[in-house]
Amino acid sequence: MAELQRLLTLLSELDDQLAGCMKCGMCQAVCPLYAETGREMDVARGKLVLVEHLSSQLLNDPQGVQKRLERCLLCGSCAKACPSGVPVVDIFIKARAIIGEYLGLSPTKKLIFRTLLQKPRLMDGMQRLAAATQGLFSKQADPILGSSCARLSAPVIRDRHFLPLAKTPLHRELGEIDEPAGPGGSKVGFYPGCLVDKVFLDVGRDALNLLRHRGHGIFLPGEQVCCGIPALSSGDRQGFERLVGRILDQFEDTGIDYLITPCATCTATIRTIWPLMAEYLPQPEQQRVQNLADKTRDITEFLAEGLEELPREPESESTDKPVITYHDPCHLEKTLSISQAPRRLLRANPEYAFREMSVPDRCCGMGGSFNLQHYDLSRQVGQKKAEDILATGADTVATACPACMIQLVDQLSHTGKSVRVVHALQVYAETLPQQSRKEQQ
Amino acid sequence: MVNKSLIKKFERLLGRENVICEETDRHAYSFDSAVLDPVVPELVLQPGNRDALADVVRLCNENELPLTVRGAGTNLSGGTLPAREKGVVVLINSLNRILEINTEDLYARVEPGVITSQFAQAAAENGLFYPPDPGSQTVSTLGGNVAENAGGLRGLKYGVTKDYVLGVDFYDVDGELIRAGARTVKCATGLNLAQLMVGSEGTLGVFSEIVLKLVPPPAAQQAMLAVFDSVDRASETVSAIIANKILPCTLEFLDNFTIRAVESFRGAGLPTEAGALLLIEVDGHPAQVEEDARRIREICQEMGVTELKVSQSAEEKESVWQARRDALPALARLKPTTVLEDATVPRSKLPAMIRAINDIASRHNLTIGTFGHAGDGNLHPTILTDKRDTEEFKRVERAIEEIFDAALALDGTLSGEHGIGVAKSKFMEKEITRGTILYSQRLKQAVDPKGILNPGKIMGA
Repeated sequence: MAELQRLLTLLSELDDQLAGCMKCGMCQAVCPLYAETGREMDVARGKLVLVEHLSSQLLNDPQGVQKRLERCLLCGSCAKACPSGVPVVDIFIKARAIIGEYLGLSPTKKLIFRTLLQKPRLMDGMQRLAAATQGLFSKQADPILGSSCARLSAPVIRDRHFLPLAKTPLHRELGEIDEPAGPGGSKVGFYPGCLVDKVFLDVGRDALNLLRHRGHGIFLPGEQVCCGIPALSSGDRQGFERLVGRILDQFEDTGIDYLITPCATCTATIRTIWPLMAEYLPQPEQQRVQNLADKTRDITEFLAEGLEELPREPESESTDKPVITYHDPCHLEKTLSISQAPRRLLRANPEYAFREMSVPDRCCGMGGSFNLQHYDLSRQVGQKKAEDILATGADTVATACPACMIQLVDQLSHTGKSVRVVHALQVYAETLPQQSRKEQQ
Repeated sequence: MVNKSLIKKFERLLGRENVICEETDRHAYSFDSAVLDPVVPELVLQPGNRDALADVVRLCNENELPLTVRGAGTNLSGGTLPAREKGVVVLINSLNRILEINTEDLYARVEPGVITSQFAQAAAENGLFYPPDPGSQTVSTLGGNVAENAGGLRGLKYGVTKDYVLGVDFYDVDGELIRAGARTVKCATGLNLAQLMVGSEGTLGVFSEIVLKLVPPPAAQQAMLAVFDSVDRASETVSAIIANKILPCTLEFLDNFTIRAVESFRGAGLPTEAGALLLIEVDGHPAQVEEDARRIREICQEMGVTELKVSQSAEEKESVWQARRDALPALARLKPTTVLEDATVPRSKLPAMIRAINDIASRHNLTIGTFGHAGDGNLHPTILTDKRDTEEFKRVERAIEEIFDAALALDGTLSGEHGIGVAKSKFMEKEITRGTILYSQRLKQAVDPKGILNPGKIMGA
């Protein structure tokens, strides 16, 4: 009983934020899950009521509420559209952490968040093993996308079309880097994020080339530590805090002016979720978190700052150039209001004709671990995105988040139509002089 | 509790995934947009087609389960709250097909779960216009709009939902299909049951199909933002415009408190000392629009407008509209709880009504911002409070009752467009006679003897 009291006390800190919801239902218009299911417990308003009823003891089912909270992409569409400005994502993240702490972690989650993610070396070893054996159980699905699918029926993979793990993660390939800045450049910490480190290594290499080309000095740590969002969104605040602490240790006292990441989710996590959760930390720790958060920039935003504004070409239906379109990652567009920077990078490459898709900021349905737990629903949402991409007739779709890239590859690969999926910075990197591009390879 | 064998029956009928009985899920259907205590239903059903809906109604009646149909659940008077005992919520959002848009005969047939703005969009794609635009139009359903007789910003010139309903097909309590109205503009066959269904709040039948009238869209529009130093001036301007035989499609009003809230929210440079602000839009043939807009500008000048902004382009129109669109969000952010009322008075009584609202606010020491539809006298006094402050909330309840009294004293009505639901049921007798309430109740008793169709709503205390 004492523990239940503790749950209620912790939840009560959300009361003021919950009270701001006037239940107008405007979140229904933008929620990608509600569009599929039409159920109140899938949309922000309904979930907020569940947390409110749990907190006021009208409902006594923490497991049930947790389960429903986890059925959410955390895309932030609702928060952005909310007339009364309810910080929905903040509430959901905190509620997941509070209920997660009360209920404890499942053995699987404990293994992942408290052991695997905390031991980067162990992760590297597992990656080598997985990369060496992945060919045994998978076969090629789409040569342009480079996707694979399971050879036989597989319980976890199901009918996903996925990209292979690299044999060697980026940080191993490159080792620790610590170079001084050139004239006019800054010293930047580079945080690739797990997916660029392990799957999209080219994105990391191109990013480093671009930063060097601008004269920036790079610091890349010798180990890749997860930003913590998978742990936190699964309700593991303790695991999250340990990961945050390790990243702080990595980048502090390295003299960096900026921390640059090519992952929208990592950027959004460090810039908004870290300070949000730092409220629970002692004051000196809060300051450390805030300092690094303040230095953190999304790479498209950072690179676009140095670009001159190009006159916008009218979008024409017919063009000889390959057509490129852009998908807005939720964590960039909705969380950080960054939408023009990546488009500017794309327009800076004259080899392509840019064409907007319909509703480019509609969530792709990935949602990190949401995709693992609710694949069918994730796929339903993702197929809409795939249709919008195909409708543009684009040869290439760019985005700015490797998690979205995983989902776009899977969804496009299923359509059987070959559309290349890239990070916006890769398109911009194609404009670099050959020499700068080759430096790394 | 609903017994297990009945739940099994519903599962066989609708498929297991469409029968929601877990307690936690049911809590997500215990509320709508009204500020009222939650009521948790015993069962939530989501029929996938019209036949299944008929079976649901019949089974509920056979088993005496009171059913409440729910569209988007954006009702502002508690009309979608389930019954306190054995309440069943029936979701209609799977019935969301637009069945026909007829461009020759200017009507459309829709299922009740179609979302209002999506329907208006589809009509526009066919070169036609569906004018009713309630504030919740991006999520609200047409079934809900008809059941509540939803209004919107275009009431003065274009009317409200009831003016577009040609026919309603609905199920009676036995699940029998009743067809009311026609696809023609004229129809004098039998009782006008289709209009009886409009605004009946789900108490007389369950809609399966709605026939809606469409109109040709106006070719041109022009919007203006007019600033006045007093509410009286603004109101006299409204009267003068209409006295000059001009019918703007939109004539919206913001009071000083709302102007200040919007300005601190958006910072678009609104004059915070202004007494009132009018958003005026005229539409129609380009020549007519030009002429009307010119006349309105003159009238505004004659009435002593302090500032007048006329939109010359689509972008400018957006910026003119922004202040009105910001009204509710700006007010809602000031306090946790937003109580949105819709008392309505004859247009000429607007200044008196606003004075009454301001008196009530100061008498009860409450914060009330008022905006709304000046063209049709439908105001939205918006009480900003915190329902957790029980002492203040008691004052809010007293203030609401006094707002009703003030509206009625000025020959107005309790509700312009939000409906009666459970929130205003007990006040009905203030406006209509006991005889009228009894007549309605006897009518309901005759078609719904077991009282299963959304009991407790609209029929008076």
